[in-house]
This record gives sequence, C-alpha cells and structure tokens, in this order.
Amino acid sequence: MTEMTDVTEHDKTVEVHDYDVVVIGAGGAGLRAAIEARAQGKRTAIISKSLFGKAHTVMAEGGCAAAMGNANPNDNWRVHFGDTMRGGKFLNNWRMAELHAKEAPQRVWEMETYGALFDRTKDGKISQRNFGGHTYPRLAHVGDRTGLELIRTLQQKIVSLQQEDFKATGDYEANIRVFHETTITDLFKADGAIAGCFGYFRSTGTFVRFNAPAIVLATGGVGKSYSVTSNSWEYTGDGHALALRAGATLINMEFLQFHPTGMVWPPSVKGILVTESVRGDGGVLRNSDGKRFMFDYIADVFKDLYATTEEEADRWYTDADNNRRPPELLPRDEVARAINSEVKAGRGTPHGGVYLDVSTRLKPEEILKRLPSMHHQFKELADVDITKEPMEVGPTCHYVMGGVEVDPDTGMSRVPGLFAAGECSGGMHGSNRLGGNSLSDLLVFGRRCGAGASEYVDGLAGRRPAVVETDAAAAVDRALLPFTTAAEGGENPFVVHLELQKTMHELVGIIRKADEMEMALKKLEDIATRTRTVAVQGDRKFNPNWHLALDLRNMLLVSMCVAKAALERQESRGGHTRDDFPVMDADWRHVLLVLSALGEDNVEMVRKEQIPMRPDLLDIFEMDELKKYFTGEELGGHRADQGERA
Amino acid sequence: MSYWAHFRVWRGDSDKGELVDYPAEVNEGEVVLDIIHRLQQTEAQDLAVRWNCKAGKCGSCSMEINGRPRLACMTRMNTFAEDEVVTVTPLRTFPVIRDLVTDVSFNYTKAREIPSFAPPEGVEPGEYRMQQVDVERSQEFRKCIECYLCQNTCHVVRDHEENKEAFAGPRYLMRIAELDMHPLDSADRQQAAQEEHGLGYCNITKCCTEVCPEHIKITDNALIPLKERVVDRKYDPVVWLGNKLFRRGEAANKNR
Ligand SMILES: Cc1cc2nc3c(=O)[nH]c(=O)nc-3n(C[C@H](O)[C@H](O)[C@H](O)COP(=O)(O)OP(=O)(O)OC[C@H]3O[C@@H](n4cnc5c(N)ncnc54)[C@H](O)[C@@H]3O)c2cc1C
Ligand code: SF4
Ligand code: SF4
Ligand code: FES
Repeated sequence: MTEMTDVTEHDKTVEVHDYDVVVIGAGGAGLRAAIEARAQGKRTAIISKSLFGKAHTVMAEGGCAAAMGNANPNDNWRVHFGDTMRGGKFLNNWRMAELHAKEAPQRVWEMETYGALFDRTKDGKISQRNFGGHTYPRLAHVGDRTGLELIRTLQQKIVSLQQEDFKATGDYEANIRVFHETTITDLFKADGAIAGCFGYFRSTGTFVRFNAPAIVLATGGVGKSYSVTSNSWEYTGDGHALALRAGATLINMEFLQFHPTGMVWPPSVKGILVTESVRGDGGVLRNSDGKRFMFDYIADVFKDLYATTEEEADRWYTDADNNRRPPELLPRDEVARAINSEVKAGRGTPHGGVYLDVSTRLKPEEILKRLPSMHHQFKELADVDITKEPMEVGPTCHYVMGGVEVDPDTGMSRVPGLFAAGECSGGMHGSNRLGGNSLSDLLVFGRRCGAGASEYVDGLAGRRPAVVETDAAAAVDRALLPFTTAAEGGENPFVVHLELQKTMHELVGIIRKADEMEMALKKLEDIATRTRTVAVQGDRKFNPNWHLALDLRNMLLVSMCVAKAALERQESRGGHTRDDFPVMDADWRHVLLVLSALGEDNVEMVRKEQIPMRPDLLDIFEMDELKKYFTGEELGGHRADQGERA
Repeated sequence: MSYWAHFRVWRGDSDKGELVDYPAEVNEGEVVLDIIHRLQQTEAQDLAVRWNCKAGKCGSCSMEINGRPRLACMTRMNTFAEDEVVTVTPLRTFPVIRDLVTDVSFNYTKAREIPSFAPPEGVEPGEYRMQQVDVERSQEFRKCIECYLCQNTCHVVRDHEENKEAFAGPRYLMRIAELDMHPLDSADRQQAAQEEHGLGYCNITKCCTEVCPEHIKITDNALIPLKERVVDRKYDPVVWLGNKLFRRGEAANKNR
C-alpha cells in the first residue's frame, strides 16, 4: 500500500493566518494563557498536537496545590512558599515560587466560576488533601482525576468565550480559535523579535503559518526521551527545542523528576503513574521483607519534620498537628532514590519494584471513593484489586523541572515576543517539584504569560515584525526532509527512537555517573546522524512515522541538554543524583546551568549566578534550616543576623 | 508466554480502504494498542492511530474491536482466544480521515451548541459553597473522558446521518443534565434540551451506557432524569408557574 514519494512532488502550499497572540499548547498553561489574552482583547489562536481536551494535563491525578486554608487554617502563602523552596532544595527561582504561592488560591477559586466542581469539605468549601512535601492538606482535587476537571473546565470556558463572540459577531471563532491536531515545527523572528510560527495539520499533512508578534510556548515536558515514563507521545520537548532554536535559553535541564511510584508490571504498562494520593491517603511502602523501609531514608535536612516510628506516622493521619508526617510523604526525589536502593539491595518484588499497600489501611469503600481511577487502572491493566492486595511500583520518568528561562512576572524569555509557561518553562520548581505544584503553576503562570504577551503586543503599537519569506521557505523544506531521505533508504524512525530512549534511560537516568554520561553524549551524536537520515513510509496524511521523524530532532536536542548539564553539575540535588558526587553542595545551589543553541542541532552551556533571595523571603525560614542549604555569606540579610526586624 | 496473533486492520482514507491482515507478536499483559504500536515499529510504519495516555484517561484511542466500540489501551489481549482473528476498524459514525483515525468534529460542534455554565450573580470567587452530596451527581458526568464511544454507538445517529443536525448525542445531553444539576448554575436548560438538542430522539435503549469506559450511568442518571424534569415542567402547571415566577423574581432583582 505504501509507496516512496519524491519530495519534488510535494504540495508546498501554506495556509496563512494572522493573530495577535499564538499559544502553542492546549494543556492547563496554554488554555489559561489564551483565556487571559482574549480577556485583554487580543485575537488569539491555540494550537495543539492532539485533539482539544486531550493534552497531558488531562492525566494529572492527585490535585492542584493552593494555600486556601480550607482543611487547616494555619496554611498561608508563606508556608506554601517555604514548602516549595524546600522541595526544590532552594534552587528555585524564588520570585516565581513567591508569585505561585500568593496567586494559586485566586486561580483555583476562579476555576469554580468557570464551572469546576471540586470535592467539598463539610462546610461546603473546596476540600484539600495531603501530598508529599506539603506541610498542610493543600491539594484541591476531584477524586483522583483532578487534571481532567481542570482541562475540561478550561476547555468549557473557552467554548463559553466563543459563544459570547458568536452572540456579538455571528462567528464563534472571531477572537479565539483552536487549531487542534496541528504541530508547530519552526518559530520565525525578524530583527531579533518573534514574527510568527510554522507547522503542519496532522490530518492532511498540509502546511500552515501564523503571523503573530507574540507566541506563548506551553508545550509541556520531555519524558518521551526515556524508556520508562508516565508521559505520552506528545512529550517530545518541542517547546524546549523551538525556544533554543529561536535563541532563547534553557535552565535546570539536569533536573528530571522520577516519580517514585510508576506501575512495573505488566511490561506494556511499565511507567504508567500511580498517583501520590495513594500515599497521601494512607498507603505505605514495603520491601519484600515486609518492612516499611522509608524510615531508613530520612535525610538529615528532613530529620525534624518526619516521623521516626510507625506509631507516630500512623497517628499523623488523624492528628496532624501533634505528630510528624510519615516518611512515605517525603519529597519525590527522596522516595524514588529509596525505592531504587531497596531494589538494588535485592529487597524488591518479583517484577523489580516495591510494594505500595493501601488495602490494609483503608476500607474498600474508602478506596473506591478516594482512588477510583487507580482501582480501575490496576484492575483492568494488571489484574490487581487494590482494595485487597498491594500494588507493585517503581520509579518512572515523570516531569522535567528544566525549561525556558523566563522573566518571573511576565513569562517572557530572552527573545522579545517569546513567552513560556507550564512544564516547558524553568525555574519555579528548582531541582525538584512538589506534587500538586504543577497544576497550580499552569494556572498562575499561564495567566501571567497571557497578560505579559498582551502587554507586549500593546507596546509594539502596531509595528509588527514581518516573517522573512526565505525563512518560511526553509521551514517547508525542513519539514519535508524525511521524505527526501526516504528515497535514499534510511532507518525506521520508531527504531531510532527506541535507541534514544534506551540511551537516556540507561546512561542519564535516576542515578548518574560521569563516564556513563560521557558515553551517552557520544551515543547521542551517533543517534543524531541516524536521525538526520531516517526514512518515512507513506504520504503526508496523518502519518505517524513522519510525525515522529520530525519530533526526534527535538528529543535529541533536549536529551543533549539533559546529558550536558547533568555531567557538569558535580553534586546531588533533587532530581539529579550523582553516584560519584553523592552529596548536596552549597556552592552549587546558587549556580544555574544555562543552555543555548549552537547551530541547529547542538547546544552550548554557561554557568550563571542566581539572584540572591530577598531578605523578607529569607526571613520566612529559620537560620538553622537555611544553613543546611546556603553558604554563610549568602545569609547576611536574614533577620537573625540583623537583630529581629519589626 | 508470547504468541503470534492474527490482526486484521482497516487501512485507507475517506475515498477507499480495505482490511489488511497482519501477523503480530503478543506478550503477556499487552493491550490492543500495544500491538498496533508494534505494527508501526515493524511492517506498518504509517498506520494512523490516535492515543495519548495509554491508561484510559484521555479518551483518544477509541475504535471498534471485533465490532465493539472500545478503548484500544484498555482492551487486554487476553480477552481474545489466541487463535481468534482480531479485527480493528475505525469508529463507524464518524468519517474516516485515515486508517483508525476519524473526523470527530461533530462532537466539537455539538459541544459548542450547549450553553455554558452560568455563574450565580453576586457570588465572588472563593465564596462558592456547595455540599458534597449536591455536587456528586454532576461530578459523575464530569468523569467523562470524551472518548465519543457513546456518540458513536447511539442508534439515533449511528446509521442516520440525517439525525446529526438535530441531535446532540448522549455525551452532550448528559452535559445539559450536568449543568442542570449543578448546585449554582443559574440558567434554565430543560426546555432547550427537548426543543433544541434533540432529547426527544432518545428512546432510552441504554446502548450508550453499555459502552461507556468510565461506567457513567448516562441513561439512568442523566437522560431519564432530564426527560422527567422536562415532562414535569410541561404537564405540571404548578411547577411550570413556579419556575416562571421564580425566574421573574430573579430578573426583577437584577434590575434593581
Ligand atoms: C500521569 C501524570 C499525573 C500527574 N499528576 C499531577 C498532579 O496530580 N498534580 C500536578 O500538579 N501535576 C501532575 N502532573 C504533572 C502535570 O500534569 C503536568 O506537568 C502538566 O499538566 C503540564 O501542563 P502543560 O500545560 O505545561 O502542558 P500539557 O498539558 O502537557 O500540554 C502540552 C500541550 O502542548 C501541545 N504541543 C506540544 N508540542 C507541540 C507542538 N510542537 N506544536 C503544537 N502543539 C504542541 C500538546 O499538544 C499539548 O496540547 C502529572 C503528570 C502525569 C504524567
Ligand atoms: S439511551 Fe438514548 S442516547 Fe443512549 S444510546 Fe439509547 S437512544 Fe442513544
Ligand atoms: S460519556 Fe462515557 S462513552 Fe460517552 S464520551 Fe464520555 S466517557 Fe465516553
Ligand atoms: S490512550 Fe488515553 S484512553 Fe486510550
């Protein structure tokens, strides 16, 4: 059925659209950005690779963190800020963490006005649940399908805006239009500023160009470069790569979050997420000896905050104010490393994980009510009834802390007109993200990017950069390249992809060593050559091997960033663990590794100093705690050094 | 543990197509979507299929497997005998784009025709108060992953292109019920359900409920109650009048 096609036969027609703001990505961050841009009167386009409503955000389970104080009135933005910084091992961009903690409640409440129906407390407010690293129950949730609620609510809000426009103009798409199943492959600049972008419609394979002075990247993560991951096919790091090629910078790329609890069996579902809510709601981790091993893995910096006996840990579920938290709820990096060590020490389960048990801790009805989709997932995919038996779990590549370096307040990158929000932006989560802090991040910084982009467009006062036609023509040729090489007989892109995943998984995975990473970088060079000559079968209509051939280029560039930065950072911190440098080093805390493009398919890296934290934010912490993370000279501004401030 | 299965997959586009036979290796624990991915990695590189989460959460991988509308990522291979031919075809109710991918724009059009949530006047963000028992009914419907299996199955449109114009389909009639049961929604929806969105076409056969992968009781909990509300409204003069008066009262308040 399939024939080779000569590139010269290809239809090079490009459909052209003009917008004020183009948002690439229809997850939580993209949709919230678009709502804001439209609210500021900007004609806005939303673009996504999959169907509208299917973005990765739909998969989020546990909840959305916001210090509303509904479950425990002691909660406030300062406590949330402190938890976020602690979780990120103080490498976070503190301004982002501050804005996030302050604005998250407002963003969640706003969702209710769009129609969201969160689970409720007894007094009718939004219920909040416990999660790793959060001092108080803080996650607004809907059972274990919070992401679905979020994305559906935002999707329906966009529909309601379209209905308003229809009433006013007779056209649903007058001010906001969704181009779904559309992939962007290039960004355009003119005189150093954003001028537009280019891509193809998946269903027809025909090309489209958007002329726009402001572009918001909200493309999500990079997990598809790893063999064991909770991420979907969409997570090929497109936004990261587009930003690099447009001249923006990435930071924190060495930090990848391996979620401690992914499914390990059967093989075909390996990596699929088991939500942290299982532990938040009472689930415990045991090794093959039946031991609750997390008590052995409480790092010094956390000694005062976590229970040291099973009795105290158990009491915490009913009396959180007078007991310390169970160590199962340590930040994710700690738990993932602990599981890794247990399995390595030969105390793993038959399929190479550990046991996660909620059946001995909650009544079946409770489990069905609080964790319905986990129950369903294990029953259908693994023949395990979690109300009766433990689950087998192990680490899975889940979230990238690294991303586009942006201005915290507006979300703008180094490139005028290019913004980034959500998982594809960097800084907010430092070296490790707390569970639930992503969904809130999407809403807070999605909105800020929408506002930032609108303000930027206003500032141009009508002087819009025009796309350079030769750039546009080059984008067409780049997109058609895999068909050209097809005639010369290259490899199947799916095979090259597997090789890339294996390389990253084995050599730049959860525990890293210099020699392995050096080997990975060599292998990546080799894979880069193979990627340039992959051959695709078939024509341009909804053709997955063509799509993958184009995505591969992005995965490679991003993998290079991860490997280079990981090799450079000679310490262990959050989502970056070095076997050869096992401890955290305060001299590395204030250093950011900044990556930029070197040509089209390579990257270079420089070190950059973090901006020192504002003294009033330092004051949120006790001096004793800060000393565990900061060098002495960085703490001069703290209240303890100045005599207590009023 | 592994064996070779006989797959028969529909290949083609809106113009023409055919069932193509593929032998395919199957390993323990695998689902239909795994096999389709294996075909892409081997002999059918350009086989078109939609998927995202691989865990029954996004509703992308809907197709018909041995004639039954299902999610490919949640259909275990061990539900078939090893010598059984597994036939995989695109959803029948929607036009084919390519192979297993169909044009589902019908659903987006219908979604846009249902009036959105109407927030209560004068209640500020952060002041919404609702009891768990009151939100639970609508929450059941909000579990919907928009896989469109119910839309594909409902006989009102399955082989009746002519009904598509007037009928929103189970998923979107359920959306009306969801908003109607939302404790704080302030719009009146019942009459429009009947007159504009085709509730009357539904003759409660429950075929939609049977295929819903989220096990939402679409017919019993959404469609039948919605029909009852419409009927009460039509025939019970007191309810009818009550509603009218209430609405006038509300309008008067707004004018003050
Ligand atoms: C299983 C799972 C559970 C999770 N649970 C939680 C949780 O409980 N709480 C929490 O806070 N976080 C959770 N997370 C993390 C969180 O869901 C994600 O970080 C977040 O949803 C990312 O949102 P986003 O808006 O940045 O991007 P996404 O929702 O991933 O959207 C990316 C969008 O960009 C589009 N796109 C990408 N590339 C292109 C391109 N080249 N052209 C056009 N469009 C493109 C995609 O199509 C998509 O629409 C979870 C993640 C997973 C995988
Ligand atoms: S119950 Fe109604 S909506 Fe559902 S399949 Fe039958 S006729 Fe269609
Ligand atoms: S109601 Fe059920 S079958 Fe219908 S679209 Fe939603 S999840 Fe799918
Ligand atoms: S891939 Fe998401 S439901 Fe099947």
